[in-house]
Amino acid sequence: MDMRPDPLVMMTSSVQDQAPKPVKVAAKNVNVYYGAKQALKDVSVDIPVKAVTAFIGPSGCGKSTFLRCINRMNDTVASCRVEGLIQIDGKDIYDPALDPVQLRARVGMVFQKPNPFPKSIYDNVAYGPRIHGLSRSKAELDEIVEHSLRKASLWEEVKDRLKDSGTGLSGGQQQRLCIARTIAINPEIILMDEPCSALDPIATARIEELMAELRSNFTIIIVTHSMQQAARVSQRTAFFHLGILVEKGETSQIFTNPTDKRTQDYITGRFG
Amino acid sequence: MAGWYALLILALLTAGYVISSARARSIAGGNYAEMHSLPAYHGLYTAALAMLPALICFLIGSQLASYFATQTAIAALPGDVQNDVLKQGAALREAFNIAAGGPINSSSAEIQSAAAGYASVLSAGQWITLAIGTFTGLAGLSWGLSRVSMNFRARNGFEKLVHGLLWVCATIAVLTTIGIVFSVVGETYRFFFDPAITGKPTVFEFLFGTEWNPQAALRADQGEIQTAYGFLPLLTGTLLITTIAIAVAGPLGLFSAIYLAEYASPRFRAIAKPILEILAGIPTVVLGFFAALTVAPFIRGWGETFGLNVASESALAAGVVMGMMIIPFISSLSDDVINAVPQSLRDGAYAMGATKSETIRQVILPAALPGIVSAFMLAISRAIGETMIVVMAAGLAANLTFNPLEAVTTITVQIKTILVGDQEFDSAKTLAAFALGFVLFFVTLVLNYIALKVVQKYREQYD
Ligand SMILES: Nc1ncnc2c1ncn2[C@@H]1O[C@H](COP(=O)(O)OP(=O)(O)OP(=O)(O)O)[C@@H](O)[C@H]1O
Ligand SMILES: [Mg+2]
Repeated sequence: MDMRPDPLVMMTSSVQDQAPKPVKVAAKNVNVYYGAKQALKDVSVDIPVKAVTAFIGPSGCGKSTFLRCINRMNDTVASCRVEGLIQIDGKDIYDPALDPVQLRARVGMVFQKPNPFPKSIYDNVAYGPRIHGLSRSKAELDEIVEHSLRKASLWEEVKDRLKDSGTGLSGGQQQRLCIARTIAINPEIILMDEPCSALDPIATARIEELMAELRSNFTIIIVTHSMQQAARVSQRTAFFHLGILVEKGETSQIFTNPTDKRTQDYITGRFG
Repeated sequence: MAGWYALLILALLTAGYVISSARARSIAGGNYAEMHSLPAYHGLYTAALAMLPALICFLIGSQLASYFATQTAIAALPGDVQNDVLKQGAALREAFNIAAGGPINSSSAEIQSAAAGYASVLSAGQWITLAIGTFTGLAGLSWGLSRVSMNFRARNGFEKLVHGLLWVCATIAVLTTIGIVFSVVGETYRFFFDPAITGKPTVFEFLFGTEWNPQAALRADQGEIQTAYGFLPLLTGTLLITTIAIAVAGPLGLFSAIYLAEYASPRFRAIAKPILEILAGIPTVVLGFFAALTVAPFIRGWGETFGLNVASESALAAGVVMGMMIIPFISSLSDDVINAVPQSLRDGAYAMGATKSETIRQVILPAALPGIVSAFMLAISRAIGETMIVVMAAGLAANLTFNPLEAVTTITVQIKTILVGDQEFDSAKTLAAFALGFVLFFVTLVLNYIALKVVQKYREQYD
């Protein structure tokens, strides 16, 4: 299979994003350990606001681990230890004074496998607004739910069965439901860990369109194994290998003109 | 004799396997790929063919032998004993005893001759059974052996035999259950409708009567003792104690399960879980005297400090201890189902900014609900069926009350009370136990059905 990205798509994305954007997430010398095993070594990266940043790299290189550092999901893994500095809008998110629960309301996450709650479609989307008190009335909540489902381009398919269980939807619909659920809490950053790996090409295309749209309001970080997808949706790309951030930069530059030999080998499909 | 038979069957099995697989090996001559079934399957097939007829002969033969032996013994008894069922039973027991090598000294000549007749017919019958068993077994073995060939499908044949064996086991299990149900239903029918039974209540009196007193007068000189078969006090007693037990065990069991599954460190969990499971292993008779000797006086003393009048045997004491008994059922099963909730759901909730307790309440418990409901239903069934604790701690008085501080009794306790000691099988009192058993069975059946429906309604599919 040809792993090189479609040059047309790349051209459009590189044309749009010439001007450097302000930094939303900044990581400096991040080391992560699972017990004695080091999963990330000295990772430093700046992630721009209102853009899609893609993390690529072979399996087990630490992409998910790094993603989970950004919303402190690693706190729920007992053996995990994070060192170094991660800032959002210049504030250290590992500051003991900061409440990780509050942080996660600002940094939403969509997982590889769709994981809707065993509740109705409506309640799935209303879950976040309810626990964070984002609506004052039922009407307002209804509006948030509809808006989020529309944003996730799921509204037309489910508007007549909002009371049905979210787990009864198809895989692609479930994933869009999870995205709607995340949008509903109006986060500043959305982390997506291989969100399309369980989906067919049509559902994948819809979610990619969605990302392009969401990018105007949110900062998006996506982990993907598909080089074409990274090239299509992202403006910036970071390549991880064996726990090291090997190379980062404009997506167009990473895919057409990588500076590191390992990056070149990976994107041309020579290993990984 | 049974020992010889076991030896015979073992010998047939071994011989069938060894000879047949050896023969298959020699036929194949090393060329197993061409052979339909491997030698081991030929061996297993022949072994089964040798064993089955011998086993069937044994099952039928031993029954026939003891039947004819008993007939011989009866024939040897004097005429008046033969005609009286009770006397006949006693004489036969004595004869069986002698035949089994018991003391002869005080027995009459007739019984001695009955014993001798019984022993000789029985042993002859058993020898004949053994001979027929050996013969049919060998026939089966040689038939199996004759079928060994390159193309014989011993593997499929063995598969059929396994299928048959499993079918027989399943059928026996189902038939046993059906048999029990029919016997209970039949006796219950007699209790209500058999005209030969005197002093029985109507169905209406049974279901809605408020007084329970099955103690019929045993001798004429005891005078008229009024019997009453109102089942309501037993039902309320059962429900009261079960409710108390669930009120104790439900929260404690569920919350300890949540703590163990979600909060406890692996080390604490490794220690606490086995301890909880030990609680399930305590015999209920031990819990019963704990209830009667420790908990009941404690509740009584505690009641006195508040100026309450607590009976020395109270529903509360029995209910609390029964609650302790069923805690491990609830906690252990709930812990398992909570653990089975996929981690991805927890991650999803945490990623939405939910706290731990919000995640548990709003996501994990709803997802685990079917399992938790069945854990509760199992616990309730246990509580309803429990007898020992109630006998010891709640008493036998059939009071129609909802006051947990009074003595009450339950359906199971009354069944036990009625059937303890020598019984005439045909009195209304004894048959009342069957009616109670039927109601108990019905109640648990309904509970199980409700549980099943709840589980089906809320079942979530995870993959
Ligand atoms: N909970 C954990 N406990 C121990 N080690 C872990 C844990 N999670 C991840 N690891 C290890 O950390 C390393 C990085 O894992 P991570 O999941 O970040 O890889 P990844 O780049 O996302 O891979 P993939 O593309 O297969 O998802 C791996 O070696 C993995 O074995
Ligand atoms: Mg991953």
